[in-house]
Amino acid sequence: MAPKRADKTPAAAPVEKCPTGIKGLDEVTGGGIPRGRPTLICGETGCGKTLLAMEFLVRGATELGEPGVYVSFEEKSEELVQDFASLGFDLLDMVSRNVLALDYIHIERSEIEETGGFDLEGLFVRLAHAIDSTGARRVVLDTIESLFSGFSHDAVLRAELRRLFRFLKDKKVTTVITGEQGSNTLTRYGLEEYVADCVILLNHKVTEQIATRRLRIVKYRGSSHGTNEYPFLIDAQGISVLPISSIGLEHPAPTDRISSGVSRLDAMLGGQGFFKGSSVLVTGTAGTGKSSLAAHFVDAACRRGERCLYFSFEESRNQIIRNMLSIGIDLKQWLDGDLLQFYNVRPTLYGLEMHLVSIHKAVEAFCPDVVVVDPISNLVTASNPFEAKSMLSRLIDYLKLRQITAFCTDLTVAGRSLEQTEIGISSVMDTWLLLQVIEGSGERNRGLFILKSRGMEHSNQVREFCLTSHGVQLCDVYLGPGGVLTGSGRIAQEARERAEALERCQDIERKKREIERKKALLEAQIAALTLEIQTEREDLERAIERENLRREQLAETARSVARNRQSDALPDLPFEAVSAS
Amino acid sequence: MMVHRAGSAKGGSKAARQGNEQQHPEMTTYAFRLFVSGMTPNSLRAIENIRAFCQQHLEGRYRLEIIDIYQQPQCAKEHQIVAVPTLVKQTPPPARRFIGDLSHTDRLLRGLGMPYLR
Repeated sequence: MAPKRADKTPAAAPVEKCPTGIKGLDEVTGGGIPRGRPTLICGETGCGKTLLAMEFLVRGATELGEPGVYVSFEEKSEELVQDFASLGFDLLDMVSRNVLALDYIHIERSEIEETGGFDLEGLFVRLAHAIDSTGARRVVLDTIESLFSGFSHDAVLRAELRRLFRFLKDKKVTTVITGEQGSNTLTRYGLEEYVADCVILLNHKVTEQIATRRLRIVKYRGSSHGTNEYPFLIDAQGISVLPISSIGLEHPAPTDRISSGVSRLDAMLGGQGFFKGSSVLVTGTAGTGKSSLAAHFVDAACRRGERCLYFSFEESRNQIIRNMLSIGIDLKQWLDGDLLQFYNVRPTLYGLEMHLVSIHKAVEAFCPDVVVVDPISNLVTASNPFEAKSMLSRLIDYLKLRQITAFCTDLTVAGRSLEQTEIGISSVMDTWLLLQVIEGSGERNRGLFILKSRGMEHSNQVREFCLTSHGVQLCDVYLGPGGVLTGSGRIAQEARERAEALERCQDIERKKREIERKKALLEAQIAALTLEIQTEREDLERAIERENLRREQLAETARSVARNRQSDALPDLPFEAVSAS
Repeated sequence: MMVHRAGSAKGGSKAARQGNEQQHPEMTTYAFRLFVSGMTPNSLRAIENIRAFCQQHLEGRYRLEIIDIYQQPQCAKEHQIVAVPTLVKQTPPPARRFIGDLSHTDRLLRGLGMPYLR
């Protein structure tokens, strides 16, 4: 091991990498496995070591122009050919084109008697012959540990292995060695001791009855690499490693807007609906109308002539079509017109990774503009929330990269807080609609909120969400001192309001009339008082007149008396008249 | 020694062999192939040892072919050779392989199903 380190130090150039051609693995390793050096792939039985190794060769031979040699210690060449035919790898054809050499090394312990000193020159000769005859740049040894069960002379074997790796390095071939995982060690016979450049560990864990394969780079000398456990899957196209971080946040952000299919919802979303290529999440408890909203969206997309792929993890295709007909949405026409495709699968059929890949493949095959996943929460049940989140973020990333608008529904459990969703997936979503049941006065009504909608103005108010025979209708809810009222409560409240208003009008009228009456009364009183004063004044004037008359008579009497007495001096009695004022 | 395909080293005719020795396997002819890798010490020793062994125990009843896998690398694949030297007993059945420089004569005898001789 020490010399390896030593011969690496003087070379200042970074480790040259050899792309494996396996989807995702090159991204995780930052370009591939170390070129011209051995890489150890270890793991338990059935975790995909042989496949990974073979795909490395096949990709090299068919896509990267690097012929390869496959040395199998376990399976016969014919068996390998058969096994890989199912993946579409035609090994025989590659062998005939001389870009691949298969060699099966069979060691039957019971037939062998050790009778003295030996070495593994036979293996070397066969390897060298295969490498030279194909001009191989890649070599796979699967599983070289079988040698340990074939020969009892451990010391010789270890010395020969060391020599073998030196030989492979001298040949400048990139080697993949597989090894069965031991109980406490990476490999049962300590192969990691010889292969110190790059070690990849595969495992195959079953959680809640669903198996997931994972890959981890334990070590990569002289290179940075992803350190996580990356899920990978094996399907008809070979291995796909799905690094969460493989797709950077580089996707385009179109400014086009597309309708949600519900005009009032578009109005709530700044008047124009969702961004094209964005991700929309609709959360709600059971029966809040998530699928109906999705159907509207699909219907609107198909009306625009866009292609739509509907992943349903809950209902069958026919069920969806029937149910949506009840709210006046005819999805069958789009299905017949090849604008809509359903993809129904049970969520528990396989693990998240497999779902992800099947979604990828369906998307690649159908090339939709719009994808509906109904509901994503069912996928979550197939796994733990963390995995679900990583899976969904990869899915959303993928769809965004392809500028596909994603419409996901999410079933939340009644009574549980929204945070469940929030932690899970909302962070990767651009628009988040919440459908909520509003309970009151003995009925359940639906309310729609926009919790967030990145990059656009949006309404902060709740709307009542009504499912009618001609689709989804959004109504303003009643907002009043009694709180938010919906449904018949809202209708009753509106009627009550109208009655109250009428009553108030009538009140005012009554008051007006009352004042009129009061005014009339007052005026009558004033008239009466004026009349009284007038009478009194008239009385006064009469009294004054009488007084003045009497005074005049008195004066006349005095004068006539004086005349009679022939008084020389008539008393000039003054006559003082009393004035009225 | 450069051409190691030493061909068969038959000793005597079939008639001459009959009744020569008292052992059971005397009737059978042993066919061996010895795979060696050039002139490595193990290989040279193996050739020497097998020759001596055959002379001693199978006089006249053996065929020995020596193959140098350096010269005929495809033979190594064809005959499933991993360790070198390897001696393959082709007949009589069952097939049997001996690896190493064949210095353990007792193991060779046991492996060939021949009585242990002192």
